[in-house]
Amino acid sequence: MTKKNSNRFSILIYSFIIIWVFLASFPFFWTFWGSFKVELDFFSISNWYNAVTGKNTFDTYNSQFTGAGYEGAWIQEEFWRSFVNSAIVCFFVVLTSLTIGTLGAYALSRSNYKYTFWLLITALIFRAMPPITLVAGYLPPFFEWNIWGILPTTIIVLVSINQPFTLWMLHSFFQNIPKELDESAKVDGCSQFQAFRYVIIPVMWPGVITTGLFSFLLAYNDFAVTAMLLSDENRTMIPKIAAFLGTTYTEGNVMFAVAAVVSATVPLFILVIFFQKKIVSGLTQGAVKG
Amino acid sequence: MKHKTFFWFILPTFLAMLIFIFLPIISVILQSIHTPHENVLVTVENCDPFGCKKVTSIDHEATKNLKQSEPLGKFVGLDIYFDRGHLAIENFKLLWKNSKNISSFVKSLGNLPFYKAVFFTLTFTFTVTPIMLLLGLLIALGVNSISKKLKGIVIFFSLLPMIVTPLIGSIILFWMIDSRGIIGNLIQWLLDDPNLSLKASTSLTWIMLIVYGVWHAIPFSFIVFYAGLQTVPKDQLESAKIDGANKFEEVIYIIIPHLMPLITFVTLMQLMDNFRVFEPIVGFSAEAHATSLSWIIFNDLGGETRQLSAAATSSILTIIGVIILLSPVLVRTWRDFKFKK
Repeated sequence: MTKKNSNRFSILIYSFIIIWVFLASFPFFWTFWGSFKVELDFFSISNWYNAVTGKNTFDTYNSQFTGAGYEGAWIQEEFWRSFVNSAIVCFFVVLTSLTIGTLGAYALSRSNYKYTFWLLITALIFRAMPPITLVAGYLPPFFEWNIWGILPTTIIVLVSINQPFTLWMLHSFFQNIPKELDESAKVDGCSQFQAFRYVIIPVMWPGVITTGLFSFLLAYNDFAVTAMLLSDENRTMIPKIAAFLGTTYTEGNVMFAVAAVVSATVPLFILVIFFQKKIVSGLTQGAVKG
Repeated sequence: MKHKTFFWFILPTFLAMLIFIFLPIISVILQSIHTPHENVLVTVENCDPFGCKKVTSIDHEATKNLKQSEPLGKFVGLDIYFDRGHLAIENFKLLWKNSKNISSFVKSLGNLPFYKAVFFTLTFTFTVTPIMLLLGLLIALGVNSISKKLKGIVIFFSLLPMIVTPLIGSIILFWMIDSRGIIGNLIQWLLDDPNLSLKASTSLTWIMLIVYGVWHAIPFSFIVFYAGLQTVPKDQLESAKIDGANKFEEVIYIIIPHLMPLITFVTLMQLMDNFRVFEPIVGFSAEAHATSLSWIIFNDLGGETRQLSAAATSSILTIIGVIILLSPVLVRTWRDFKFKK
């Protein structure tokens, strides 16, 4: 390849990557910027450029930016409640799934009997099923026992739905930890559980943290199950935003919804900033092993 | 590991999956072959000085007894599966008989709610998956050849469409595509049609949903392929270069064969995830033009009426769909396992 050609080729590559980065990130910046404007600017009929300059925002609030959308969402529509609910749900889902998932996955990785295989295959099939298909099975007993609509029920359901995924991921992490480690501990007189407690637990954290990130994302992003299982006052952020869409359009408070959407995206941004490497390794882990 | 130790380690996760995944499936199957009891009606003759009237009223006592003795409802076999809201056997036969050709048959079949959802779900699954594979590979190849300093930041921005909640991602795009939003404005300007609305047309709605699906899924294939590219043996690439292969031939003959296991893996995960497409339909408020299997279930479950039997039937049909979709993989895993022994 001549030098001129290869220069042209790398310009092509760079522009392609720049276009992709733009497509991937622009919607977020645009919505973030627009969330500090009034509706007439963000959804501008006359001129789209109003959303950048905030012409109508300036006319109303004497400033190019306004926190009115956030105030309306967080205080008037009580979005903070949903934020607290989301925090509770995510915390307990991650904690519980990791606790029971680690124990199960460790056992699966250290056993060679036939039932190990069948358990993993069953988990794979469960993983493939859309969670919404199970909801019809939850509703009658939950209504019967009067446990519908509360956070603990939803937490347990989310933990169970995420177990197949957690098991597969942790299973492949544990297989990377040499069996000789716990075998030698057992030779020294440890029971299986002691070997797990004193030898495996200290070295398992990288894998557990990565799996925890994905459990967090599954719980945080869930819409179908939380929307069906939580009562109105116990809603987490995502179903609350979906409910906003129905009501705010009629009341002309679209900016509340925009502010809520931006608020719910910020934690994910922070997560990616701090855990980018972990997320990337988690995504590739399953692939390289599987 | 001994059976007994294994049992205690696996017990909590096993119980969780048994109670909240396996038993609900059984319950869903049972619900799909039962329908709720109708109220028991009694007819009584009320006589007063002006004559006698027959009055039909609900016998609460009997209804309650019936509900208690058979809590699942009335057994109806596969009736719900064949009704108009699901497989619509009657309509299917009628259409088959009356349609002049295959395309008109398929078109009128698409008006039945279940088939409408099946068509969209399959179209979505089988367009998004190949497009995201191709674009993900191209981006991975591109990022692999740019300067090292830029890679981190490119990967950071690339992750966003996938990490962000699907419902939120689709709402954000929906606002931009709105005829008063920036992309909506742009398209109106490009096509010089100030009244154009993407929301009003079925085919444009489908394209919009597919574009969203690709946007959301690209990061996954990109990251996996990018990781795979780091393991491509350097000496093979070198010798190909010496043999006079150009970039394109390198990709076709060395890189793609090397990435094949990863391509299979990404395809599998994507088929699974795209088949359950649901949030974008809610986010784009697209239900008038596009519905999916998951959306039908959600719609039946929600609202005042909560049609559990209908939802349960759709759920079972969806699960059967997933199993058919995955059967090649399951068969292969089983063979691998047999082979290993």
